[in-house]
Amino acid sequence: MVGLETVRLVGDAGEVSTTTAPFAEVASSNAALRAFLHGLPGVDRVGADARAAMLGTRSIKTTAKAKAIDLAISMVDLTTLEGADTPGKVRAMCAKAVHPDPTDPSVPRVAAVCVYPDLVATAVRALDGSGVKVASVATAFPSGRSSLDVKVADTALAVAAGAAEIDMVIDRGAFLSGDYLKVFEEITAIKAACGPAGGAQEGEHSAHLKVILETGELATYDNVRRASWLAMLAGADFIKTSTGKVQPAATLPVTLVMLEAVRDFRLRTGRVVGVKPAGGIRTTKDAIKYLVLVNETAGADWLTPDLFRLGASTLLNDLLMQRQKMATGRYAGPDYFTLD
Amino acid sequence: MSERLAVRKTYKLFIGGAFPRSESGRSYAVTSSKGDFLANAAKASRKDARDAVAAARKAFPGWSSATPYNRGQILYRVAEMLEGRRAQFVAEVVDADGVTAKKAGELVDAAVDRLVWYAGWSDKIGAIRGAANPVAGPYFNLSTVEPTGVVAVVAPPTGPLLGLVSVIAPVIVTGNTCVVVASERAPLPSITLAEVLATSDLPGGVVNILTGSAGEIAPWLAGHMDVNAVDLTGADADVAVRCEELAAENLKRVLRPPLDRIDWLADPGTDRMTAFLETKTVWHPIGV
Amino acid sequence: MFEYAPAPESREIVDIKPSYGLFIGGEWVDSQGENHHKTINPASEEVLAEVAWATEADVDRAVRAARAAFTTWSALPGSERAKYIFRIARIIQERSRELAVLETLDNGKPIRESRDVDLPLVAAHFFYYAGWADKLRYAGFGRRTTDGHSGEDPRPLGVAGQVIPWNFPLLMLAWKIAPALACGNTVVLKPAETTPLTALAFADICRQADLPPGVVNIVTGAGETGAALVNHPGVDKVAFTGSTEVGRMIARSVAGTGKRLSLELGGKAANIVFEDAPLDQAVEGIVNGIFFNQGHVCCAGSRLLVQESVADEVLDALKRRLSTLRLGDPMDKNTDIGAINSAAQLAKIRELAEAGVNEGAERWSPACPIPERGFWFPPTVFTGVAQSHRIAREEIFGPVLSVLTFRTPAEAVEKANNTPYGLSAGIWTEKGSRILWMADRLRAGVVWANTFNRFDPTSPFGGYKESGYGREGGRHGLEAYLAV
Repeated sequence: MVGLETVRLVGDAGEVSTTTAPFAEVASSNAALRAFLHGLPGVDRVGADARAAMLGTRSIKTTAKAKAIDLAISMVDLTTLEGADTPGKVRAMCAKAVHPDPTDPSVPRVAAVCVYPDLVATAVRALDGSGVKVASVATAFPSGRSSLDVKVADTALAVAAGAAEIDMVIDRGAFLSGDYLKVFEEITAIKAACGPAGGAQEGEHSAHLKVILETGELATYDNVRRASWLAMLAGADFIKTSTGKVQPAATLPVTLVMLEAVRDFRLRTGRVVGVKPAGGIRTTKDAIKYLVLVNETAGADWLTPDLFRLGASTLLNDLLMQRQKMATGRYAGPDYFTLD
Repeated sequence: MSERLAVRKTYKLFIGGAFPRSESGRSYAVTSSKGDFLANAAKASRKDARDAVAAARKAFPGWSSATPYNRGQILYRVAEMLEGRRAQFVAEVVDADGVTAKKAGELVDAAVDRLVWYAGWSDKIGAIRGAANPVAGPYFNLSTVEPTGVVAVVAPPTGPLLGLVSVIAPVIVTGNTCVVVASERAPLPSITLAEVLATSDLPGGVVNILTGSAGEIAPWLAGHMDVNAVDLTGADADVAVRCEELAAENLKRVLRPPLDRIDWLADPGTDRMTAFLETKTVWHPIGV
Repeated sequence: MFEYAPAPESREIVDIKPSYGLFIGGEWVDSQGENHHKTINPASEEVLAEVAWATEADVDRAVRAARAAFTTWSALPGSERAKYIFRIARIIQERSRELAVLETLDNGKPIRESRDVDLPLVAAHFFYYAGWADKLRYAGFGRRTTDGHSGEDPRPLGVAGQVIPWNFPLLMLAWKIAPALACGNTVVLKPAETTPLTALAFADICRQADLPPGVVNIVTGAGETGAALVNHPGVDKVAFTGSTEVGRMIARSVAGTGKRLSLELGGKAANIVFEDAPLDQAVEGIVNGIFFNQGHVCCAGSRLLVQESVADEVLDALKRRLSTLRLGDPMDKNTDIGAINSAAQLAKIRELAEAGVNEGAERWSPACPIPERGFWFPPTVFTGVAQSHRIAREEIFGPVLSVLTFRTPAEAVEKANNTPYGLSAGIWTEKGSRILWMADRLRAGVVWANTFNRFDPTSPFGGYKESGYGREGGRHGLEAYLAV
């Protein structure tokens, strides 16, 4: 377990730091962070909505649609985050993740499964050698309302159990009250807890950190942009829209704003951060709209499971049904796809 | 004992708040309705028209951005000053129109009342001509009125005071500035009105008055590329057509001469104001 | 790379006849002249149909038909007129996909725009003005009598002669015809010579709606037909949308006739971006401002005024964004930039772009394959433009943006207003008080703040100065068609 004392603010030589050099001073104080985040260009909500809606009218057909469906399947973080989750449920989901359509081996596997920390070990065993990663939510998911010690311990538990990816939540209360430094420090602490010193299995790299902004609680696109930058500055490997427990979850315009953030962050720092919309993405049509959004906002570089994920559960079956329709020309029925 | 010899007034032009003679040095004899000599009036030239337009343009930014409350008060002040010179105007109207003193008194009173009426419009015309437009989308959408700019006005040949006031007041109350070509036959009340304007807190250049030949001066104004609109109320038919053609060059707004004789005592309505107003519509998104 | 496969809209939905006559008095009639003209698809140069070029005699016939219809149409109760116009609105909605395809074929604009912008606005415009037809007495026009009682209901003007441009053929028809009919006028409308087909389809809609014969008459043709219409002594009202040059000619020819005139002319709008703008949306607004409809928009934001402190950042973002624009087949649902409407317009755009280079501005276009057939011009940005350059002063009416910089709000206002035009302007800043300060000082009829190129039937549209006079849309739009 990583103690708080080992995490220092960015800029302290020799300490854990992933913040990129051009912004070394940004997190030197709450005031500096505030000045930076509030100096980012504003987001006009109506304009962002209109842009996302226009991109939603793109017509992706025939060969482009076939490729988009396979790409979307390979980007799915197949998720179960219920109080009623059991090892059996998780094992079944893992089987589906590796072979989404048992009758068709040409269907790609999904990117990852996403579970609670206590079920990570089950998932790791079920997916051993499959190439499908195990992601775990952590940090008192979904509300994030606990002490930093508990959050770090929660993370360490998941990492120790073999999670390759950690989906943490930010402290929205701290963010909304203007305590950006607290949010920043929590992220850096969790980032440290993801590292090899935190107990990742020998020979493995540190767990990738996805930072959930819970955009449905941030309320404004300006806040989404600020939270995106805050998370990236603190070392996030991915920024993720939602827990799935709050409405609205992922939306196209929120994802647009986050894609603009990762695009601009790369321009200014050279570091590439991924994006994961999660929650509410149920249909192939929805998924393809997100791919178009990525393509025309951040650019084609992001069209890989390494940098874009779709957090979803029911989406996968719709993708499979559409895939089968494209292959056979017949509309598919839900009885022909597994419900795991 | 001989009667005291009166000190006569020299009637000059009114440009930029000053009273210059015509740059051309020309003047013409003005007679009463009975044919008696009254005075020599300045006969404005093309260059006087040009100077008047320059003065009106210079005055436009300040006058158009003055608060409507302020403009209303200034027009009301003009009415006060006009009332104070009632006797002088009555005498001039009697001379010019050959009406009885009683009738002239009614006309002067009507001119004062007309100014008061228009003064009250300054902060109300926007309310009846603007609009909050309910567009089908997340946008705030507001239409407001703004003055057109510099307006050239050909004053009516009759009604040397009431007609004149009735064409000037609606133009300036909304924030336009103007160059007025006074009645050629009866120009003297216009210069006396200029003296009223000059002492009424009205900024110099808001109203500029030229006396002389409308047929000569109006086309220069109608063709001037820094004039935004023309009011041809007092123009003869042929001059009006010529002016309307010239006005096309920079798409001036044109208020054509009336088809029928105007009853200056009737309720004027809002048309003379709205003819020289632009509608500006501003959009802004509504979002958090 | 995520390549989008072609997604062409089907043209099966439209049935274009090989040739069209004139629509006069509710009937299709042949022109009395011999002059016919082929209308082509500017994206392929394929001939779509042949249309008559109406002669003076044809125009006379149309004006007489409109005059004959005026008596009964103007005497109909407003509520009855309203129902006809509502019917038209509904038929447009029912046939909107067909009309969108037809518009795209004849005009060259992307199907996405004709489908998502033009047609919804066309239907909305008829729907809006339909509702006015029986409420004119409440519109605030017409003089009140001295005793304070309302006078008569405002009266229509009579026969309206309407001449419209090729950039939004059906939308401009709607802007002209809907308020005219609502107020009780009858119309003779001349569509642009290169885009007559949707107006001719509209004639069929009038028939489907059982609109009384002669209320709407469509005469096709070029400038001579338009001149015959404008100058016809039987026309009481002239409405024109098009170039300032032609507008000037019309204003001159109408002088002394007593005909009422409304003009919606050219523009050279400034789109002003401050350093505190919502930059991503500003970039979208710049793109929408000048590349919407290939820049064939009178209110296009053709002059970008960007604050010097963010000029590089904005230009980099703009260029990156322009590289994602998809130019090509207008019938492809993913096309952003369609074809230039005609060879003549393409020549004009080329000439002005070359003038820009010759005057020393720096020209930039994204890498963008141009189809072999048809009329095309790539999205183009000129930087280093001075106010004195032709590309900063003349309306190009094409996908060409001139970029200038400013340092202070006052300088932005001064540069924005330094033009004989005054149709529209854009302001991008997150500071509310500055928006209002700027909006107050910009001499333009439409000011878009933190947005651009938005239209609505309830919102008055029209220009200051040489951009014309009169307003279309909203209550204001009635005034052009009422004896007030």
